[in-house]
Amino acid sequence: MAELEAGTATGAARARPLSPHLSVYRLMLTFVMSGLHRISGAALYFGMLLVAWWLVAAASGPNAYANFEWFIGSWIGRLVLLGYTWALLHHMLGGIRHLIWDTIHGFEPAERELLALATIIGSVSLTLLLWIVGYLVMGGPR
Amino acid sequence: MTESQSMRTPARSVRGLGTARSGTGHFWHQRVTSVAAIPLTIGLLLIITALLGRSHAAVVQILGSPLVAIIMLLFVINTAYHMWIGMQEIVLDYVHEDKLKFLSLMANTFFVFTVGLACIFAVLKLSFGV
Repeated sequence: MAELEAGTATGAARARPLSPHLSVYRLMLTFVMSGLHRISGAALYFGMLLVAWWLVAAASGPNAYANFEWFIGSWIGRLVLLGYTWALLHHMLGGIRHLIWDTIHGFEPAERELLALATIIGSVSLTLLLWIVGYLVMGGPR
Repeated sequence: MTESQSMRTPARSVRGLGTARSGTGHFWHQRVTSVAAIPLTIGLLLIITALLGRSHAAVVQILGSPLVAIIMLLFVINTAYHMWIGMQEIVLDYVHEDKLKFLSLMANTFFVFTVGLACIFAVLKLSFGV
């Protein structure tokens, strides 16, 4: 494999058949949702640092917790938390979509579109709903 | 590799030869943890919503109460395994150079264990510690 690649590298830039790149495909909603599922998953991976900071700060004492509250209450902290909320809900709904597919259902073109649309509409509206509840009922993150 | 001299059956030799030297086990584990993640994520969101705006003392008391602590521990353990498999899949899809690939896979394991253990220790300390 390495030898083959070394050979082609020196073998000049003469036109060779290429396998299709992502860019040749028309941008479809299902394609975007597939990408967003992976991106939101990767974001949540690092977002777990936020959960760890929150729990460790609570376990460490009032001062450490005040630092966390200061960060999460700042505009950048709220932005991160908003992004985390959306990523979590979007990844959850995208995951449910994948679980539906695992049962060999929902593969027809119209069903695929509907599931993709439900994922994004669902995640955005659930995020808004949760934040409105957070702000109105509980007074929001301070 | 040395299939011609091997006494192993073809099926036996193929098992464990995925790009991460493991078979379809992770695929299934990812499904199991994703099903578990649905109620646990809803639980986490409810807990966080209930804790919004509360004082440190109240947060400590609620996070340390058995039901909440158990949900948090299940969430952390389930999520840690789920994200370990997920990041491994991402690495295997995009990182093809062997040295970088194995370093990334190792970093993934270290990250998940560290973050996961920090969360678990914190919840246990909130439950039992002073």
